[in-house]
Amino acid sequence: MTIMTYRQALHDTLAEEMRRDDSVVLIGEEIGHFEGSYKITAGLLAEFGPTRVRDTPIAEEGFVGAAIGAAMLGMRPVVELMTINFSLLAIDQIVNHAAKIHAMFGGQVSVPIVIRTPGGGGQQLGASHSQNIEVYYAHIPGLKVVAPATPADAKGLLTAAIHDDDPVLVVENLGLYNAKGDVPDGDHELTIGTAAVVKPGTDITIVAYSRALTVALEVARELEQDGVSAEVVDLRSLRPLDRHTVVASVRKTSRAVVLEDDWLSYGIGAEIAATIQEGAFDYLDAPVRRVAAAEVPVPYAKPLETASLPDATALRKVVGEILDATAFSR
Amino acid sequence: MSQILMPRLSDTMEEGTIARWLKQPGDRVARGEVVAEIETDKATMDLEAYESGVLEQILLPEGGTAAIGEAVAVIGDGSGSGGAPAASAPAAEPRPGPAAEPVAAGPVVAEAPAAEPVAPAPAPAAPVEPAGHATSLRTSPLARSLARRAGIDLATLAGSGPGGRIVRADVESVIARSDPARPGEPAARNGQAVPAAPAPAAPGAAPAAGEDDEVVPLTTMRRLTAERLSESAKAPHFYLTTVVEADALLRLRAELNASLPEGAGKVTVTDLLVKACAVALRAHPEVNASWGQDAIVRHGRVHVGVAVAIPDGLVVPVVRDADRATLGEISRQARDLAERARSRRLSPDDFAGGTFTISNLGMFGIDEFTAIINPPQVAILAVGAASPQPVVRDGEIVVRTTMKLTLSVDHRVLDGAMGAQFLADLRALLEAPLRILA
Repeated sequence: MTIMTYRQALHDTLAEEMRRDDSVVLIGEEIGHFEGSYKITAGLLAEFGPTRVRDTPIAEEGFVGAAIGAAMLGMRPVVELMTINFSLLAIDQIVNHAAKIHAMFGGQVSVPIVIRTPGGGGQQLGASHSQNIEVYYAHIPGLKVVAPATPADAKGLLTAAIHDDDPVLVVENLGLYNAKGDVPDGDHELTIGTAAVVKPGTDITIVAYSRALTVALEVARELEQDGVSAEVVDLRSLRPLDRHTVVASVRKTSRAVVLEDDWLSYGIGAEIAATIQEGAFDYLDAPVRRVAAAEVPVPYAKPLETASLPDATALRKVVGEILDATAFSR
Repeated sequence: MSQILMPRLSDTMEEGTIARWLKQPGDRVARGEVVAEIETDKATMDLEAYESGVLEQILLPEGGTAAIGEAVAVIGDGSGSGGAPAASAPAAEPRPGPAAEPVAAGPVVAEAPAAEPVAPAPAPAAPVEPAGHATSLRTSPLARSLARRAGIDLATLAGSGPGGRIVRADVESVIARSDPARPGEPAARNGQAVPAAPAPAAPGAAPAAGEDDEVVPLTTMRRLTAERLSESAKAPHFYLTTVVEADALLRLRAELNASLPEGAGKVTVTDLLVKACAVALRAHPEVNASWGQDAIVRHGRVHVGVAVAIPDGLVVPVVRDADRATLGEISRQARDLAERARSRRLSPDDFAGGTFTISNLGMFGIDEFTAIINPPQVAILAVGAASPQPVVRDGEIVVRTTMKLTLSVDHRVLDGAMGAQFLADLRALLEAPLRILA
């Protein structure tokens, strides 16, 4: 184990995979000479040269399309989209091409492309640069979407994404890049489509992913001191979704809340809530609750932006309400 | 529009039954007007409308039972818009909340309360069922499946969740408290033994009714009596019996009654007993007490309950401040209470607050018996018949009118000697009854 940042884990994983496999190439805006807007690709141009680390024009649809074509011909391109907000410029390539080519061409070709892109608010980047729209992609059959919450998972899931023969969107988070944690040395690959119980508990299930997981764990630790044993489930993969782990947890705890950085309506939490009622209906002692971002374009002003994002206070309040609603004795 | 909810009409009430609707859908009702009669555990009470409007929908038909806080009817403006809640699934539709008010930014919390309207709505399913089964229960799915496995009838539970929803804790407390012989013992809540719900049908424990048998459904009163007394029977009782020479007492009663004007209500032995007990209780505050789980409450006032048999059960109306009331006042109060008890016109206040109870079966020729304490009181006096008996006085056998008194005592609160002193003082009072009047 080595303690490192989420940023470092992503960087090291890219470098490692590029060393291991010549077909792994990087493409994106400012990833070479500038070494990436968030410095994930620092030093990679120097090590691997401009053939494998390609700076592009500001033309997301074009370079995502180029990467798809390269993938169809045997490369394993890792695309960096500067933020998930810019993926909208390439959404036709992602949704209509990357996701469907394998099926529409009868399985003759695969599209082993990885799209790395950070989402997340809280950085005062304004409404159009602060979104959590991973659900757009999690909705699409043919895509895989993972959302690592820790440096270790960043390594494990990015490795798995690069090895995967299907298009995989790796949703990073601006608020996590500097987060530190233990990262396994050597090979570390997770299975896409598996969630993790990152803190076992018996009284309530808190489901989260990406940055929200950090908040969930913080609240769970506080609850522990109050005599409430919260189980925290990290989804890790939004598509495929590990419904089994979520359902198994709620069957044990009988109470559930989803903490999500995206908006409430039609969000990831809605899918989780539906999954829980389908799989654990007879085990539920209270309605599944969701804590999500305010349904407004994320404000620029710092106090407003902070107020619009779900936080520990909001989660604590809802957990308390669920416990009260089920006559939980503390 | 608003809903009329089943009100709490007495301390012991858990649920109420609609005895009669006095208003029908479409009728105008004024605030304060009586819309229905509700049968509670011990009395039939009026249900008043809290706001004016048109009775748009009756959710609980006559004969139907609902827990406190459940909606029984809908009052609206007559447009019928209020009638929908029953059928409308939107009970489960999240309220727009902050979403609809973008200015009020803040993390969106999907409000479960959207599913819990301010006034507890009936569960979406068929609030008005054709016959009898009027109550639509609010339960969590988990509570439902647990109850199913344990063979517990959810209709017998009181829910502690929002809007009275029955949750796991409610079912588990029942399961936890039930011993194998009696599954589904009513739960104690808030740390106090509450006569909560009827003992649920326990598979295997319920007697099978054969063809020749009659199944008599429990009235609310019968059920509550059963529960309270079952609860009480779990307290450790001990019994003290004494023989009172009642000649002086009966003489006093005869003299008093002879002095009363024609047509005036007669003083009964029970009246004298109430007064005597009250005087003795004043002198023995440890007996004028209640068991409060983690403390004993000694009551400042003396309210003596008198068990009254009525056709379909037993009620214990209370004579207030019996230690301070004159015998005449006690007699009038007791007569009024007994009459109203028999016509079921007692109000919950008439039952509330007793600190001691007397049960007299002397008029049935019963020599002696033991009574079960009326919780949370700590003692009850069982009075047998006064009859001539041979007794030994100064070495001679003489005939005296004697009466046996048996005091049932909650040993958690009182020990033998304390009970015995109370009973001895009571006997002394009854044998020199002028002291009762002093």
